[in-house]
Amino acid sequence: MSLALSSGPHTHSMFTVSRTMIAVMTCLAPATLIGFLHFGLPALFLFVVTIASALAFEVACLALAGRPIMRFATDGSAVLTGWIVAMTLPPWAPWWIGVLGGGIAIVLGKHVFGGLGQNLFNPAMVARAMLLVALPVQMTVWVAPMDPNSGPGFVEALAITFGSGPQIDAVSSASLLGEVQSGLDAGQPLSALLAPEALSRQLWGGVPGSLGETSAIALLAGGLCLVLLRIITIVVPLAVLGSLFTVSAIAWTIDPESYLPPLLHVASGSAMLCAFFIATDYVTAPLTGLGKALYGTGIGVLIFVIRTWGAFPEGVAFAVLLMNACTPLIDAYVRPRIFGRTRAGQPLEIRGKA
Amino acid sequence: MNLSALLSRLDPGRVFGIGGGVHPKTRKSLSARAAIEPMPLPPLLRVPLQQHIGVEAEAIVQRDDLVLKGQLIGKARGPVSANIHAPTSGRVIAVGHFAAPHPSGLPVPTITIRPDGEDRWGPRLPRLRPETAAPDAIAAQVAAAGIVGMGGATFPSAVKLNLRDRYALETLIINAAECEPYLTCDDRLMRERAEEIADGAAIMAKALGVKDILIAIETNKPEAITAMRLHDVALGYKIRVKTVPTLYPMGSEKHLVKALTGQETPARALTAELGIVVHNAATAHAVHLAVRYGEPLISRVVTVSGRGVARQANIQALIGTPVSDLLAHCGGLVGEPERLLLGGPMMGQPIQNQRVPVVKGTNGILALTKAEARTDAVMPCIRCGSCVHVCPCGLMPFEMNARIQADDLEGASKTGLMDCIACGCCSFNCPSNIPLVQAFNFAKGRLAERKSREHQQQETKRLAEARQAREAAVAEAKRAAMAKRKAEQAAKKKKADEAKAAKAAAAAAAKAQEGAS
Amino acid sequence: MIEAALSMAALGLSLGLMLGFAARRFHVEAPAILQDIEEVLPGTNCGQCGFPGCRGAAEALAAGDAPVTLCPPGGRPLVVTLAEITGVEVPPAGGAGAVVEEAPLIAFIFEDHCTGCTKCFKRCPTDAIVGAAKQIHTVIWDACTGCDACVQVCPTEAIILRPKPRTLRNWYWDKPDEALGAGEAA
Repeated sequence: MSLALSSGPHTHSMFTVSRTMIAVMTCLAPATLIGFLHFGLPALFLFVVTIASALAFEVACLALAGRPIMRFATDGSAVLTGWIVAMTLPPWAPWWIGVLGGGIAIVLGKHVFGGLGQNLFNPAMVARAMLLVALPVQMTVWVAPMDPNSGPGFVEALAITFGSGPQIDAVSSASLLGEVQSGLDAGQPLSALLAPEALSRQLWGGVPGSLGETSAIALLAGGLCLVLLRIITIVVPLAVLGSLFTVSAIAWTIDPESYLPPLLHVASGSAMLCAFFIATDYVTAPLTGLGKALYGTGIGVLIFVIRTWGAFPEGVAFAVLLMNACTPLIDAYVRPRIFGRTRAGQPLEIRGKA
Repeated sequence: MNLSALLSRLDPGRVFGIGGGVHPKTRKSLSARAAIEPMPLPPLLRVPLQQHIGVEAEAIVQRDDLVLKGQLIGKARGPVSANIHAPTSGRVIAVGHFAAPHPSGLPVPTITIRPDGEDRWGPRLPRLRPETAAPDAIAAQVAAAGIVGMGGATFPSAVKLNLRDRYALETLIINAAECEPYLTCDDRLMRERAEEIADGAAIMAKALGVKDILIAIETNKPEAITAMRLHDVALGYKIRVKTVPTLYPMGSEKHLVKALTGQETPARALTAELGIVVHNAATAHAVHLAVRYGEPLISRVVTVSGRGVARQANIQALIGTPVSDLLAHCGGLVGEPERLLLGGPMMGQPIQNQRVPVVKGTNGILALTKAEARTDAVMPCIRCGSCVHVCPCGLMPFEMNARIQADDLEGASKTGLMDCIACGCCSFNCPSNIPLVQAFNFAKGRLAERKSREHQQQETKRLAEARQAREAAVAEAKRAAMAKRKAEQAAKKKKADEAKAAKAAAAAAAKAQEGAS
Repeated sequence: MIEAALSMAALGLSLGLMLGFAARRFHVEAPAILQDIEEVLPGTNCGQCGFPGCRGAAEALAAGDAPVTLCPPGGRPLVVTLAEITGVEVPPAGGAGAVVEEAPLIAFIFEDHCTGCTKCFKRCPTDAIVGAAKQIHTVIWDACTGCDACVQVCPTEAIILRPKPRTLRNWYWDKPDEALGAGEAA
């Protein structure tokens, strides 16, 4: 009889890496679909190209590293990374941006550090930040959302994604945050820049922006599902959105003419995507509850700072990367208390018995 | 009295939270409805001399001796050891070595008995009347009966009953949580023999000199709770039945104490320092038999379960019964099991050899099929933190594992390795299926080995110094002897020379005289 | 131009003087580590390190001429201690120049081949071999350091070194194989 001889436990929960990844993707799907509805077929093409690129680079890296390709490539982590990269790209960006994004995320963001679980920075945010710095024009051309029926046809869509895209200028528009920033820079008061229905449009997604920036409500719903499935804890989203809300509320109360209202901050840009799907990335976030709270708060505050005073209208990628760098430090200092010991590691005193 | 103790007095039903823990599928329904059944005598019994923590017992029978049921065959050596008794009458056919019921399967000293089929009792221990017996007498009886902790830890129970000398004890907790999945032996014992367990608990309370008895049962055993509530008075003691949430590892001694009293046992300390002693329900039953009837511990209830076995059952098995006989009694295995375990699926030990015996600490024999066992491939750690989240000891298992993988055992031990109770919650929940517990067991073993080597090294140094000193002494003695001989010879020579000189002088004088004359 | 050169030169000179002064004023005598090293070495003078006895090895270590991994009977704990004393990095286990941490070796005597010549027990630095002239010798496991001295003097090649036998007391789980996640192709 040949019995597997290994130490206990001999039973296991249903929780596995690929199941986790699939659950995250499922929760991300509604927001993605709404994005497709708003931005039409080019968005879908870009999405497919980005994921395919991420997967291809993953396979190539695994082959180079001599690792089991089938087991690692099918764990879903590369697909999820590609998915999140696609969510942060302008929906009508040319195909090579998607390929580049997937490649940077997988090669520079993940495998250079040693592959799954080893990376210090969130791969998708590495890609997003590098593209934003290297290709500022292509990365900030947004299309206005359109009626699904009047969007580009199949051939037209192919031309937008895979051809040279002269039509882009025709539909280009600015995202809310970009518009506000350039407006404020030009000295206009905020009340003149904001349409009254701005908030509801941000919530439902009828705004120019990247795929993942559009429907805050769909992202919120997906994120809450993740919390209910116990894939993530509520701590990080709460800390990110809470601190962003608080800081922007303070600023807005002081000067409503130069600072965006807090709800708009929370609902716009990729704040919601970040709070539930990016900042909660297991690999690059701290492990303890308190550590997560610190990390999330840091991200929220940094998002506000970069949006308000930084050179870029959107600061999620940089905020996440900066806090990623702090994660090892947070984990080294914020540790759970060991049973039977004080926080300092000394055995507990016996109370009332000594 | 501190706040938590006060709260537990005010609200007797109150249970305190423990951090971490997991909810594995309990699968207790497989065997929970099977009443405890006896088993026909097996053709051979193999009784290891070490079934407990501590020093192994010394065999006091020889090959071809005839033994009677309950006869002492292995005598306890030293204070932390336990007696071993013949489980049935028969002939000793070997006093030698046999594979241990342990994953290593290493040979251990074992007495093999061929039962004669008559199951004839020898003289039992003298009965005690617990109503009037002195605490020392009860503890001595428990020691004579060879009773050890039957929850799996197998620590000699008498040693724990004697703790009253050193600590101010207040509470006896009977651990009937049985948090391991599959196992139902304590559950069945409580349903069927609640009165005996209550009596045993009261006897132990008497030996410990405590007034307060608690019995902790997980909520998933309603029948056992009802049965114990029916028999909650024994020897004039009132036994408080407390239900604790179904949460693994509720049955861990220190965590159970935390859940029941809110008090946290300090690291590296005994619960006795809080005035609390914890004993298993099956141990209480064995104490009842030993004190009331003078019967030593020669059999125990074993749960045979898992989908890999034809019929799941709870069996009253003699100590020493080979696992293969128990499986055969339950209809044998269904196909090839993925794992064959002694104990529960969380902390049980896999065995390689089906012929190893049931011992005092064996609470279950599980044959797990592929669908029940943990078989997924190992993936890299994704730092999801679920191990940190579920660890009942507040450790960071993934970090300790990383240190162990990098051979930084000292670092792992600084970050809490020695506080790990090997409960397995981390590995159970790990999405990457990393064998964390095995890494910790490895590291603990390796560290212990290093410690013993360090000790040996000091010993070596001492030996080498002793040898050098001895050699130096021998050389010194030789040199002294040589010097003495030399001196003697020199003295002799000198004497001879002097004599010669005197002679010469005398001769010269004579000559001179002659010359002068 | 000249002022600049002069002021730089003056600055350099004064700083240099300060450094020189500090080096003399705060000079710390190198600690005598020879004693410490000798204390932690086994002291059996088994010669496996290639130096004349433990004293010789200690001198070489103190002078930095020998690696801290030089003593096989000391094992990894000794490496760590020596590295602490001499202030060098502990070589990673498994890396180049590291002591492979394996089960300690002890001597085993094939009694069929033993002639009872007493050469081995005269040579044993820890008195781990018991026996007398014309009698079979045996090894006391706990005292043997596996130093190989007896193997070399045995005229009948009746002694070998082999790993210390495992018992339930010193058995422990193997280190789980995590190579799966780090390089090996399945």
